[in-house]
Amino acid sequence: MFLITEKIILTPTVSMLKIKAPDVVRHAKPGQFVMLRVEENGERIPLTIAESNLNDQTISVIFQIVGATTKKLNQLEKGDYLIDFAGPMGRPAKLDGLKKVCVIGGGVGCAIAYPIAKSLFEQNTVVHTIIGFRTKELVFLENEFKRISNQFYLVTDDGSYHQQGKVTDILKSLLLKGETYDEVYAIGPLPMMKYVSLLTKEYNIKTIVSMNPVMVDGTGMCGGCRVSVGNEMKFACVDGPEFDGHLVNFDEAIKRNKMYESFESKQYQEVCNSLKEVSK
Amino acid sequence: MINLSKEKNIMPVQDPNYRINNFDEVALGYTLEQAQDEAKRCLDCKHKPCVQGCPVGIDIPRFINKVIEGQIEEAYRIISESSLLPSVCGRVCPQETQCEALCVRANKGESVAIGNLERFVADYHFEHENMNPLRIESNHIKIAVIGSGPAGLTAANDLSKLGYEVDMYEALHTPGGVLTYGIPAFRLPKDIVLREVEMLKLQGVTLKTNIIIGQTIYLDELFEMGYKAIFLGTGAGLPKFLGIPGEMLNGVYSANEFLTRINLMKAYEKRSQTPVQISKRVAVIGGGNVALDAARCAKRLGAEDVYIIYRRSMKELPARLEEVHHAIEEGIIFKMQMNAKEIIGNQDGFVQKIKCVDMILGEPDESGRARPIEDINSSHIIEVDTVIMAIGTTPNPLIIQSNPDIDSTRSGCIITQNDSGETSKEMVFAGGDVVTGSATVILAMGAGKKAAKAIDLKIKSIN
Repeated sequence: MFLITEKIILTPTVSMLKIKAPDVVRHAKPGQFVMLRVEENGERIPLTIAESNLNDQTISVIFQIVGATTKKLNQLEKGDYLIDFAGPMGRPAKLDGLKKVCVIGGGVGCAIAYPIAKSLFEQNTVVHTIIGFRTKELVFLENEFKRISNQFYLVTDDGSYHQQGKVTDILKSLLLKGETYDEVYAIGPLPMMKYVSLLTKEYNIKTIVSMNPVMVDGTGMCGGCRVSVGNEMKFACVDGPEFDGHLVNFDEAIKRNKMYESFESKQYQEVCNSLKEVSK
Repeated sequence: MINLSKEKNIMPVQDPNYRINNFDEVALGYTLEQAQDEAKRCLDCKHKPCVQGCPVGIDIPRFINKVIEGQIEEAYRIISESSLLPSVCGRVCPQETQCEALCVRANKGESVAIGNLERFVADYHFEHENMNPLRIESNHIKIAVIGSGPAGLTAANDLSKLGYEVDMYEALHTPGGVLTYGIPAFRLPKDIVLREVEMLKLQGVTLKTNIIIGQTIYLDELFEMGYKAIFLGTGAGLPKFLGIPGEMLNGVYSANEFLTRINLMKAYEKRSQTPVQISKRVAVIGGGNVALDAARCAKRLGAEDVYIIYRRSMKELPARLEEVHHAIEEGIIFKMQMNAKEIIGNQDGFVQKIKCVDMILGEPDESGRARPIEDINSSHIIEVDTVIMAIGTTPNPLIIQSNPDIDSTRSGCIITQNDSGETSKEMVFAGGDVVTGSATVILAMGAGKKAAKAIDLKIKSIN
């Protein structure tokens, strides 16, 4: 059993949980993920590590409420327990030797982009950050990003906060101004990562994306998380989750993410209904 | 005294029309009378050919004799001298190519139903005996067993019986390895596996789930934690794909994924939150036990047409004979001498059909089986919505990647010295599928046993 030591509601649809996990903390590095189960009969779901803290032996995960399992996860409070929590899984981000990097986060992907940006900043890499959200009420980690960015940009799709636009608009204007980067990190919805990668390809800037496909075990066993990278079949759990954005077949990944759409929306509805029952 | 019937006592089974709607065990097991009647078919041969066919060398005629005498507990004790998991092996061993293949009775008629008798003895034991394992005095030497499948369970058992303090590490949330995630409940009920694990725990073995050695704890750290030896029984978990167009379509599963969703995550139960595709028409590529398991699971989930697509003929199917019979009874359609060439999808990326070619059987290849050759003039389109790849697995690369000092083959199998399971890394032993590539439960158990003995010898030689 894994104790939740803290819960922070970041936006109406995004929460952070801090979980006591001494075994996972020991080797956890930015870019890696954990597999967890909320309850018996629950799904195993992968969540990327937002922060690992050796002092209090905790791992923080930030998640968006998108389906039945994350809805249930969000019902838990400080002092509750998760029944399973395993990791760190996947390969750590390779950040050594980078002098100047643009880190781009979209929506809940900012939770994964943040530890990368923070590590880079702490190793004295020049960090430009661009984060984007649909609308003002969904913005989170703004101040945290500001603290670890040499330049910081925030955009919203509807212009309700900061500049209106897409993260690619900012990136494009920076590149047009003549900014150069050793690498671009893009973490967010698949279409965002796709369009960032298309743009950076024009400028020949190496771009790393973090894939978050369907997984069952997270240890290389099921192959459900397979991604086409440069026409090779890769498993996001053991070969990734980070890949070269210029080689990833995003259109295929977008289709693969819809595999269980109808099942998931049904499950989600059931959980919502049962929660309504409870609250009555 | 000897039962001269040329045929085995028939194993009672659930009616096929009924069982395709549930995941309960197909075979129901002998009664005491049936078991004793079957046991009397044994000729008690002096040269015991059947024992030669058993990978762990169970003294088969001796235990069968005890069944005749009604001393079932004694029969169980005899089996236990050589095997840890008789209730598992009685159900999943390919007896027709092992012990039963060498049975003298098979020269004229059917062999003695050794597997069914083994299963009977094990089940009888658990129904009638209290779980009172011997408490063995500890020698305070710690050993880490990595993986809780057949190899790990056996090594842990033997080592703990020798007095070692054994911690067994499991990456998933539930122990049992392939017995839990791979073999469906209708062939091996999951309470049997959990019962065996509980026995080990009572015996003093500590189970540590949710720990991925190589990621959560590095191999070398285990030595720093005080373990004197490590046994790697991490299995062959990495699924293979054919490399044909269309394998990224939605509805294409590795058998591992399909079976893990069903067996480990219980996707067939309403209360499970793990999804699995509900299919109408399913093609399973491959002809081994895993292929048949996947096909029969699909049938039980409601698929109307389920095809097994295999390159050779029925004669060469590597699956257990009993499973082939059961699959035929359940209406699985065997498309033999056929191979998949391409999976075709719709515009949303879901499987629509599979394109296959005929295979002609040529001269025997290095495996001794007829080499299948493509008939390039043939082409078949089968309409399906799900394709399951059951063409084998290779060892999980996690441990080898992080430990380059462990020698491995190009296909990722760990290289061990002869029978001992010793790897190129000091005090690290390995056995089971991680060494052989995907094989059988009994071979993995045998490897776990040999490694346990070798570890004991090695530790004693140092101290």
